[in-house]
Amino acid sequence: MNLEFTAEERTFRDEVRAFLRERLPATVRDKVLEGRDLNREDYLAWQRRLHERGWGGVNWPKQFGGTGWNAVQQYIFEEESAEAGAPRLIPFGLKMVAPVLMAFGTPEQQRRFLPPILSSESWWCQGYSEPGAGSDLASLRTRAVRDGEYFVVNGQKTWNTLGHFADWMFCLVRTDPEAKQQSGISFLLIDMKSPGVSVRPIALLDGGSREVNDIFLDNVRVPVANLVGEENRGWTYAKFLLGHERSSIAAVGSAKRELVRLKRAARDERSGGRSLLDDPLFAARVARIEIDLMALEITNLRVLSTENAARAPGPEASILKIKGSEIQQAISELLMHAAGPYALPLRGEAMEAGWQDDPGSSPTVGPPFAATATCAYLNQRKLSIFGGTNEIQKNIVAKMMGL
Amino acid sequence: MEFEFSEEQRQLREAVEAFATKEYSFERLRAIKQSGAGWDPAVWRGLAELGVTALNVPASLGGLGYGPTETLVLMDASGPSLLLEPILTSAVIATALIRQFEAEAPAAELLRAMAAGDRIAALAHFEPRSRFDVRWVESRATSAGREFVLEGHKAVVAHAGIADVLLVSARSAGDAGDARGLELFAVPRETRGVTLTEYLTIDGQRAADIQLHGARVPASSRLGGEGAALAAIEAALDLGLAALCAEAVSIMQALIRATVEYLNTRQQFGQPIGRFQALQHRVAEMTVHLEQSRSMSILAAMRCTSTDLPERRRALSAAKVVVAEAARFVGQQAVQLHGGMGMTDELKVSHWFKRLTAIEILFGDSDFHLHRFATSAAAENSI
Repeated sequence: MNLEFTAEERTFRDEVRAFLRERLPATVRDKVLEGRDLNREDYLAWQRRLHERGWGGVNWPKQFGGTGWNAVQQYIFEEESAEAGAPRLIPFGLKMVAPVLMAFGTPEQQRRFLPPILSSESWWCQGYSEPGAGSDLASLRTRAVRDGEYFVVNGQKTWNTLGHFADWMFCLVRTDPEAKQQSGISFLLIDMKSPGVSVRPIALLDGGSREVNDIFLDNVRVPVANLVGEENRGWTYAKFLLGHERSSIAAVGSAKRELVRLKRAARDERSGGRSLLDDPLFAARVARIEIDLMALEITNLRVLSTENAARAPGPEASILKIKGSEIQQAISELLMHAAGPYALPLRGEAMEAGWQDDPGSSPTVGPPFAATATCAYLNQRKLSIFGGTNEIQKNIVAKMMGL
Repeated sequence: MEFEFSEEQRQLREAVEAFATKEYSFERLRAIKQSGAGWDPAVWRGLAELGVTALNVPASLGGLGYGPTETLVLMDASGPSLLLEPILTSAVIATALIRQFEAEAPAAELLRAMAAGDRIAALAHFEPRSRFDVRWVESRATSAGREFVLEGHKAVVAHAGIADVLLVSARSAGDAGDARGLELFAVPRETRGVTLTEYLTIDGQRAADIQLHGARVPASSRLGGEGAALAAIEAALDLGLAALCAEAVSIMQALIRATVEYLNTRQQFGQPIGRFQALQHRVAEMTVHLEQSRSMSILAAMRCTSTDLPERRRALSAAKVVVAEAARFVGQQAVQLHGGMGMTDELKVSHWFKRLTAIEILFGDSDFHLHRFATSAAAENSI
């Protein structure tokens, strides 16, 4: 029993920190630390720098050009990156479609699709949810009908994150409408430039920059070569993918970063002539979150250690999702409350760096952190909804406990 | 980073679990509780033979010389059986307190006897007006020649009635709340001027309020140098707090297991009630509390002997906040999910619930520790 990192792990952490100090662009870092939105180029530039260092595939095995890092190293890298203000790794290519291709793709598919993910020449998005298929994903209705060497795809995908940046979409489609729900689904790779693909933004409650889309598929012709694995076995691959990403699901690093932001904001705010952080009720709310986060960090490390020991994970992965999202939401809620009345001005454009320079922008009033705090609070409601709602996660935990 | 126990620690766990299963069935627990004795001396002897009383005694004094991790294993293994015997009181806290004075002959002698299971000691420290504040001691120790005269009132001292030795804190200088001026005395329970008012506590143990009225003890019964007892008391209580967290985790795990079994068995509306999502989600929430508590009990064990005092306090307070709130939630919900059956004495659920309720309060409830965490110096540094 020992909570300290080993000497090698500490050396590795120092290496990561040094790299972040030297290579993380200050403009990007400042956006992250101020809670602003990143654009496509911000993400790509960072991924390119990681790739130059040989760290493009943090979660990939060496044979595919990845780092070959174990779960603890990946964790250290991602937590340090988040704390330092690096962009999060866009998961759709690196962490979602890539492991599926490595496990189930043909050598040709691996050669064609994997290298551009590492070098950030291709941006992927996910075509899973549909208007009628959310938590009950297997009820999806987008149809793919075989026509010679093509599938013809018709349907609608929704809640597609950053699809307007994407070159490719991995997509679940129904290829056998007669089969039982889960058995008639296939896993297709769709070129976003294909005729018949249209992307329409969904306006969100936060008024921030564009994030999610509806995707309409109208007689889109997809070469059979873009089918991953076997036809009608797509559900197996989708489930494989969902179970694959655990090292950063709890988002401990970004929560730590935001907690520091919250404490600094509260320290500088004045309430009745004293620092808001000296208000015992506010301080207690902050302390409670900080304590929860301390516990989550250790729970996260416990889960990773079982992964390194190649043991089947218990209900912990769902616990990480539930608790991690609750903590992040609680921090964003308190940051908004720290702004007091300045939580109210509506300023979606503040999510863009340099927004004050735009002559048409809202007036700059209140403390600087307040400009993005409410947008972030509103936006972060998503955390307990996406990636399997917290209610679905609780179903999973209950099942694993024997119910 | 390592979350596995060593082979030796696993053997300790198995030995304690085997003993508890064999010697401390639920029927036995209920029988002892109904007797009102608050413990069973035969069980205590068995625990001594197993090495439990020697666990925290230095090897040079006939002990096993173990530390916080083995204490965690011990509490984890024995917790679900709800042993009423003074494991935490004597084998953990009092032992950890006295061993800090092992260089002194009386302390060494006492430790040898405690390791063998021949002596029981209990810390009599907290007072009616201190609540959970370790520094708040109003009891007085006045030097009178080669003796000290003790005056004061100690509150809810666990196992006081069966302790051979009471470890009594009293102030020779300063005011209640001061760090300096605290003395610690090893006081035989039968000393004149020491009066116990005994009672049962909700968990079936016995405790006492102790009146010190002109109690005279020889100067040689003072442990340690003049006015410097606070650090030793805090160190012992910190190990005790870590041990308490481990005990709570093991009880919560047992309660959740029992609750799942009940939900799968109990039929209503023509199906096991465990099929209802409202109840499934409650179990999931209990599990989240359990796993977060398990993490914090590990943190508490790893930090409770740290020499970095602010960091140690911060970690222990954080652990107690998580564990106390989890103990409350899991205990209350386990009773709730058992319906009427959760209210009865004949199911172990209610007994676990009452011990968890005691643990929630012991050594500071979540409000106390949340306050201590939020106002600690380390909190300032963490910005």
